[in-house]
Amino acid sequence: MTAWQSGGRIRWGWFLLATAILLLLPLVADTHTPTVLLIWALFALSLGMMWGYAGLLSFGHSAYFGLGAYTYAVAVINMGESTAPLLLAMMVPAIAAAVIGAMMFYGRISDVYMGVITLVVTLILFNFMSATAGDAYVIGNARLGGFNGIPGFQTLNVPGYPEISLFGLPTYYVCAVALLLCYLVCRWILARSFGRVLVGIRENEARCELMGYNVSAYKTAIFAVSAAMAGLAGCLFANWAEIVTPRMFSLGQAAEVLIWVIVGGLGTLIGPILGAIALGFVKLLLGEQTVIDNSLVLGALLIIVVLGIPRGVVPTLQRAWASIGRQSHQRHSKAGTARRRLGASPGEHE
Amino acid sequence: MDYAGVVGLEILYMIAFLALTSAGLAIVFGMMRVINLAHGEFVMLGGYTTIACHNAGVNVYFAMLVVAPVVVGIVGLVVERTIIRFLYGRMIDTMLATWGLSLLLIGLVTLIFGSTAVSIPAPISGYRFGEYQMGGYNLFIILVTAALVVATWAVLKFTRAGLIARGAMQGAEVVSSLGYDPRKVYMVTFTAGAALSGLAGGVLAPLTGLLPSSGGAYIAKAFITVITGGAAVISGTLSSAVIFGTVNQLVSFAVHPVIGEIAMLALAIVLLRLMPKGITGRFFRDST
Repeated sequence: MTAWQSGGRIRWGWFLLATAILLLLPLVADTHTPTVLLIWALFALSLGMMWGYAGLLSFGHSAYFGLGAYTYAVAVINMGESTAPLLLAMMVPAIAAAVIGAMMFYGRISDVYMGVITLVVTLILFNFMSATAGDAYVIGNARLGGFNGIPGFQTLNVPGYPEISLFGLPTYYVCAVALLLCYLVCRWILARSFGRVLVGIRENEARCELMGYNVSAYKTAIFAVSAAMAGLAGCLFANWAEIVTPRMFSLGQAAEVLIWVIVGGLGTLIGPILGAIALGFVKLLLGEQTVIDNSLVLGALLIIVVLGIPRGVVPTLQRAWASIGRQSHQRHSKAGTARRRLGASPGEHE
Repeated sequence: MDYAGVVGLEILYMIAFLALTSAGLAIVFGMMRVINLAHGEFVMLGGYTTIACHNAGVNVYFAMLVVAPVVVGIVGLVVERTIIRFLYGRMIDTMLATWGLSLLLIGLVTLIFGSTAVSIPAPISGYRFGEYQMGGYNLFIILVTAALVVATWAVLKFTRAGLIARGAMQGAEVVSSLGYDPRKVYMVTFTAGAALSGLAGGVLAPLTGLLPSSGGAYIAKAFITVITGGAAVISGTLSSAVIFGTVNQLVSFAVHPVIGEIAMLALAIVLLRLMPKGITGRFFRDST
């Protein structure tokens, strides 16, 4: 098994470079757009983690994104301080995913039916939230507001100081830190035996089961972890947009994140992140004009990627880079062979 | 008494609606094990074709019963040749590619027709049922669906093409060893499924206004009807349409239409969990 198939190791050099770029970006650019791109990247990372490594495709991952956002909005309106709502925005989606996941995985439902069930779950939430207009649908002080959603809740504040709320530049840094931390968490999971078993399940589920691993429990666990990250992304998105609407649960949102992940690349962590940032940027550009619809571009892209480069852009480039590297090594020095044996060939790791 | 009759008619209409909108998807899924996520957009295209023909002065029944299936059938043929045929046996990839197709078609229709709602008036006026005013067109939809189910059953049961199709469903290798090209069978099946979706869209067009995103309203219901029904095309689709149609309308009348819809979706999840192979995978195994 080559390195890109298993977890791959963290490249601290690249990680520090990315951190530096994120740190210094506000000096040269307005942070409004980069903030939402980072949030989308986190959302894509959450799906890329479970789809790319555990082989579990959730067709309706927007359910947990939206649940995180709604949980935060409802909780912060009732509590007035944002630390507990932020944690709840991760816990509620995680628990929901654990329940749904346990139902599916312990029921030994195949991947196609998993697609149907995850899709239906997000549709139920979309239909329900769209119908919650009026005084009957109130949680504490928060009106769910039907199709118009919940506007005007308090944004994140410094923990313990409700009067110091964050917006603009601090929100950007919160999102950047969240993305980097979640990336490290994913790397950490993949480096541990838990992550290796997940990859094993993706490669051969029956064999993993025969080796004595409780496959259903592993799948349920990674589904919950992924949903918690999606919920965090949803919570940050709610802070950025300062409104939550049922559209966060929509099929369009579910399709979008899936396209970001598959275009960026399955089986990598950086692929979904870059895919979300690049395609999210394209979406914002396309939003400024009315000639070409965003769904037209996304749809065409999804077809092309599934038919042409089913691995996604980043792994394809990595392989191309690796084979170029190999050829030039062979041409220029025999030492290249030895170096490769030591695991130093470029591009094999992320 | 009148009220019970109204509820009964509404249930019947909902069952017909579910069977009609899932027919195309059921044939493609049952015969080819392909889940076409662009199904809703095929229905939507049928609706737009009907409306465009009506506006051009074509008789509305001719438009919905002939033009819409032909146009969408051709679209289906093109899609099968350019996308689906490369992905046979890769179920998840097919779902992804057809989801892309769905977005692509929404974008294209938005480009051509704009994103405002279009509609045509129902060609059959309403009638009085006791003290209630009913839409007469609903009855027409029930009749069309009944005719469609009988016709599909007859084609599958009594014609040579139907025999080959049923054979391909049960064992594609056997059919191909008998000299029938399975690729050709699949191509015809997908085209026929698309044509049925176009017919459904055409027939439903006068009832509901159309938007480029209207397909989304059909896909979820069609999806759960077909998957819950299982692989047998007719008995599966009918049995799940009856279950979901009844639950949806009863809860809708008792509580609220949205809750009815949610009850139907939740029931679908429960049924899938209990019977992952669908109703016909469990109960009517030898049916078509």
